[in-house]
Amino acid sequence: MNAKTADKVATGVIYAIAGSVALVLFAMLAFILVRGLPHLSWHFLTSAARSFEAGGGIGIQLFNSFYLLILAMLISFPIALGAAIYLNEYAKKNSLWVSIVRTSIEVMSSLPSVVVGLFGFLIFVVKFKLGFSILSGAIALTIFNLPILTRSIETSLSQIPNLQREAGAALGLSRFETVIHIILPASVPSIVTGVVISAGRVFGEAAALIYTAGQSAPTLDFTDWNPFNMASPLSPFRPAETLAVHIWKINSEGIMPDISEVSAGASAVLIIVVLLFNFSARRLGQLLYKKLTKA
Amino acid sequence: MTKKGQDLKPVSDFIPDKAPDRFIYQMNEDKHEVALKTEGLQVRYGDKLALSEGDLSFERYKITSLIGASGSGKSTFLRSLNRMNDGVANVSGKIIYRDLDINSKDIDVYEMRRHIGMVFQRPNPFAKSIYENITFPLTRRGKYTKNQLDEIVETTLKQAALWDQVKDELDKSALALSGGQAQRLVIARALALKPDILLLDEPSSALDPISSAQFEETLLELKKYYTIIIVTHNMQQAARISDYTAFFHQGKVIEYDLTRKIFTRPKVKLTNDYISGNFG
Repeated sequence: MNAKTADKVATGVIYAIAGSVALVLFAMLAFILVRGLPHLSWHFLTSAARSFEAGGGIGIQLFNSFYLLILAMLISFPIALGAAIYLNEYAKKNSLWVSIVRTSIEVMSSLPSVVVGLFGFLIFVVKFKLGFSILSGAIALTIFNLPILTRSIETSLSQIPNLQREAGAALGLSRFETVIHIILPASVPSIVTGVVISAGRVFGEAAALIYTAGQSAPTLDFTDWNPFNMASPLSPFRPAETLAVHIWKINSEGIMPDISEVSAGASAVLIIVVLLFNFSARRLGQLLYKKLTKA
Repeated sequence: MTKKGQDLKPVSDFIPDKAPDRFIYQMNEDKHEVALKTEGLQVRYGDKLALSEGDLSFERYKITSLIGASGSGKSTFLRSLNRMNDGVANVSGKIIYRDLDINSKDIDVYEMRRHIGMVFQRPNPFAKSIYENITFPLTRRGKYTKNQLDEIVETTLKQAALWDQVKDELDKSALALSGGQAQRLVIARALALKPDILLLDEPSSALDPISSAQFEETLLELKKYYTIIIVTHNMQQAARISDYTAFFHQGKVIEYDLTRKIFTRPKVKLTNDYISGNFG
């Protein structure tokens, strides 16, 4: 075989491998969507779940998923941002302290989410007496999300060339001013992309929530927006089954007659939302970049 | 045979540990106003000595070129002058600016850099509008009215010879500018702080010949108001625009003199070799 044919064969093989990766995804998406889409309706998306009879929806679970996501992001984003700024802008490259921090982040990111969930159960639910609650779930999700988000923000910051930092320093700006007013605005688009993509991961997380946010979705009073009332949708102290947990729950112990329809529909919704997160991430990033840099 | 003229002959193979005074131009401080001078400046990267000698005086409202091969220490020297090497290298010795040693610990480096500005090899405008690129560093430290800012933007852009090209699109992103324009904007941004001294680190090496020529004209215009110290690899550029030239070699200043003397009758053979291109 001469070099030219070898190259053609190799190219073909590589194309085929790359194609098969995409194929796995598309096959899975098609399966879930074909099975789930017929069951989607406004009623399904907004009504409460039913335990014993057919015709239940996923309204509360959907709301819980978004609310939990927002709370988890509110807790984890400032911490991740601070850690990333420290690691990328301030940390000395070879110090022991920095390598401890980095190793911790790596170990944290490889923790199985079910372990995070059980840890959250023992510490927050039992020890701190938070109970099965949105707050416990949000903290568990933060542990799950923090390493991914920190790394993603750090990568965004490191993509800003050093020329910008030098420019800031040469104009008499302190390092903090340079980071806040020059480096961060320039990296906002890519940070937002990272945040939205990690939001997709958090949205679909189940194992970390089963023992922290709980497996029940009490009826919510959507006219009561006082976060201190247990029936209020905004209460962080109520148990809150999310969409992903709901899918797991009904498949393992559901007894309503339309289990497979509800499960297929809920899976389709979950996948669609995650896809929306992923597609909108880049768009949003580009939009912000244009807005912020006036490019 | 008279001794006259012997001094003018390049001294063969001479690499001094510390250049004797006769190779380093001694500025008469009564006749010339010194804007900045260094005393016993040494720069170390870890254990490695990058610059071991640099007692130079820079005259006010003049352009001084620092020339030498890559790795000769000229950029290291330049970056030390406004403490850009802080945290990167260990700089010892004195840098005297307005009777103050600005290399000492108790100097507010951020304030000092507003007096001694710097422009780098590659243009580095911020991801902001042209207008904000100039006004942002100002408004971080002081209060200005809109009119004052407008005026500063116009003046500095005119000084940097960019006003005519961008006056109608000041709110556009600075990232859309060409390399030459971006470098002018960076100059304007530095000028807006009203510095005494401008340090330029190969500022035109990333520019095409036409932009580069315009850039040199701008510098000659600017020296009426600013003291300029420029690192350059371009021998013709150094000869064309500078009043003084310092030749660096292996971390040492070999020779420092009026530019016309360096380029016509260098005292050290090494200098002669470098400017005539017989190097290495």
